[in-house]
Amino acid sequence: MYNFKEVMSRPERLAGGHRMCAGCGGTITARAVLRALHPEDKAVIANATGCLEVSTFIYPYVAWKDSYIHNAFENAGATLSGVEAAYTALKKKGKVDSTYKFIAFGGDGGTYDIGFQSLSGAMERNHDMVYVCYDNGAYMNTGIQRSSATPHFADTTTTPVGSVSDGKLQNRKDLAEIIASHHIPYVGQTTFIGNFKDIHEKAEKAIYTPGAAFLNVMAPCPRGWRYPAEDIMEICKLGVETCYWPLFEVIDGKWILNYKPKTKLPVEDFLRPQGRFKHLFQKGNEHLIEQFQQEVDERWEQLLRFCEE
Amino acid sequence: MGIRERLSGNEAVANAMRQINPDVMAAFPITPSTEIPQYFSTYVANGKVDTVFVPVESEHSAMSACVGSEAAGARTLTATSSCGLALMWEELYIAASCRLPIALACVNRALSGPININCDHSDSMGARDSGWIQIYAENNQEVYDNFVQAYRIAEHKDVRLPIMICQDGFITSHGVENIELLEDDVVKNFVGEYEPYGYLLDDEKGYAVGPYDNPVHYMEHKKQQTEAMKNAKKVILDVAKEFKGISGREYGLFEEYKLDDADMAIVIIGSAAGTSKDAVDELRAEGKKVGLLKLRVFRPFPAEEIAEALKNVKALAIMDRTDSYSSQGGPLGAEVRGALFSAGVAPKTVNYVYGLGGRDVKVENIKEVYAALEEILATGCVGEKFRYLSVRE
Repeated sequence: MYNFKEVMSRPERLAGGHRMCAGCGGTITARAVLRALHPEDKAVIANATGCLEVSTFIYPYVAWKDSYIHNAFENAGATLSGVEAAYTALKKKGKVDSTYKFIAFGGDGGTYDIGFQSLSGAMERNHDMVYVCYDNGAYMNTGIQRSSATPHFADTTTTPVGSVSDGKLQNRKDLAEIIASHHIPYVGQTTFIGNFKDIHEKAEKAIYTPGAAFLNVMAPCPRGWRYPAEDIMEICKLGVETCYWPLFEVIDGKWILNYKPKTKLPVEDFLRPQGRFKHLFQKGNEHLIEQFQQEVDERWEQLLRFCEE
Repeated sequence: MGIRERLSGNEAVANAMRQINPDVMAAFPITPSTEIPQYFSTYVANGKVDTVFVPVESEHSAMSACVGSEAAGARTLTATSSCGLALMWEELYIAASCRLPIALACVNRALSGPININCDHSDSMGARDSGWIQIYAENNQEVYDNFVQAYRIAEHKDVRLPIMICQDGFITSHGVENIELLEDDVVKNFVGEYEPYGYLLDDEKGYAVGPYDNPVHYMEHKKQQTEAMKNAKKVILDVAKEFKGISGREYGLFEEYKLDDADMAIVIIGSAAGTSKDAVDELRAEGKKVGLLKLRVFRPFPAEEIAEALKNVKALAIMDRTDSYSSQGGPLGAEVRGALFSAGVAPKTVNYVYGLGGRDVKVENIKEVYAALEEILATGCVGEKFRYLSVRE
């Protein structure tokens, strides 16, 4: 049973004093996932290059209380598979006593795009590790450029809205589904909802399921999405209530829907508070919102079929 | 007692790896180094080693996994060639700057393009500034011996740098030669247990690897890296001396062949040195004062020692098995000339590019080089300083 008080009172494994922005979804993701580690277990954290890395490990200071490795942008999956292989080898030789868990964090740039191959390889080889994508839907560290996780029509610095452009031309890739197709033991999609039960339980399952696991976490970026930082919980809630970001799991190939809104809200409720979609609400652009809604509906229907709902 | 065998260069390296029994190997196949992970996988499959083999999906991931594994405290290795090494490019620098003593068996092959599977040195020479120790071999015995020595050098506390043990693709990697292997326990005792300096799986205190490094510290870290590379020279010689004790075979930074009284010499790396020695022998029989310097250690670059060895040479050809497209010659040419200039040694010097993409190097080709040196000495005129050997114009 999820015990909010107990979980929230666990010692922080990502210390304060790092340089992430206030209200950053990436940091909230990392802290939430680390809380799911059993206090007696050790961990090695791997981190793709990105905001989270350059703001938490600036020589000679490190905010991570567990062992930590940053290698490069595109290879957190491969790097951590090497660490896990080393653990297997050294454990076998009696050179390591403690129990270690292996967790990689990458943004959508390091995960959906440049790190996709490395992630796919690590998942297919079924290393006993969790890869956590904090998906903020653009390359935020380099200044809000589009990624394949960026939603349709979003205004980014490489898909700027202009006199002949409505923002990002393409729809976003569905990474959780792609990773589920690797037939690994555990895939979960989550975000920050209510008392953090959903993300906590998924992180715990991901960490303690033997073999490869993947968590896709919608992790809003107030700078890139252009909403007031304090509204993050509301933004996440709207993402879920509009079915833009459904909460689901795939356990040993079985798709499970974790939450079905009683009343599915129109997606414009999710889009409206975000400056990156401001242009969609100009007169004459109603068809763009309709198109966005249609895409959300199609994916939701597909998910319901997968989950046999 | 050594074990007499007939092995290809790849088999020889794979045997050295088996005897070392590393903790982790992460590798991806590429011709002509593919056989190394293949042989090694069979050792794993048959319980001849305790190694965890990670069959990664690319060479970039191979070196990425090696970085993770070595940083975690495991003795780690890989093998690759050509475009595989090029794909590791970014990771080679990271491995070196994280001071991770990973061993890499490099089977030299031409870089694309055009795509070509045969030997030249464009792959490892392209990685010459990545911060890896580079040791080259003339034949199968040497590449085996070099690999046995690799970790003693790389893991030494004054060094702690990754090491690339190079051999010529197909020429030695697939050529079968008589070879003397050391006994398994002799290698095991020589290489010893790995004691990592700081590592992720340290139960006592944990470890963090790969920080963002501001201008306040970055340059000091790079300076430490270069100091480590300087230290490697002595360590390489010390390890070679100890290796002689168990094998009877002698290694230095380079080999001098009939160089003592030579007026004309070539500097060369790799298997073509063997061919060149035959040319030297034939020309010596004709009374010509020719010699050869075969470079074994390219990184660290033994500049002073090379200049000292060449100080009495009057005409010199530096042989590069790659072009650097500086329009002035190859990397070995530039570095040897730099070494000579710094030492005030000034033979008449030409730089040849030869053997690209597996172009055959015969005794007669090398004799052409010596003939050209003879002409330079006779006329006093160097002529074209940057030449291609055995190429149709």
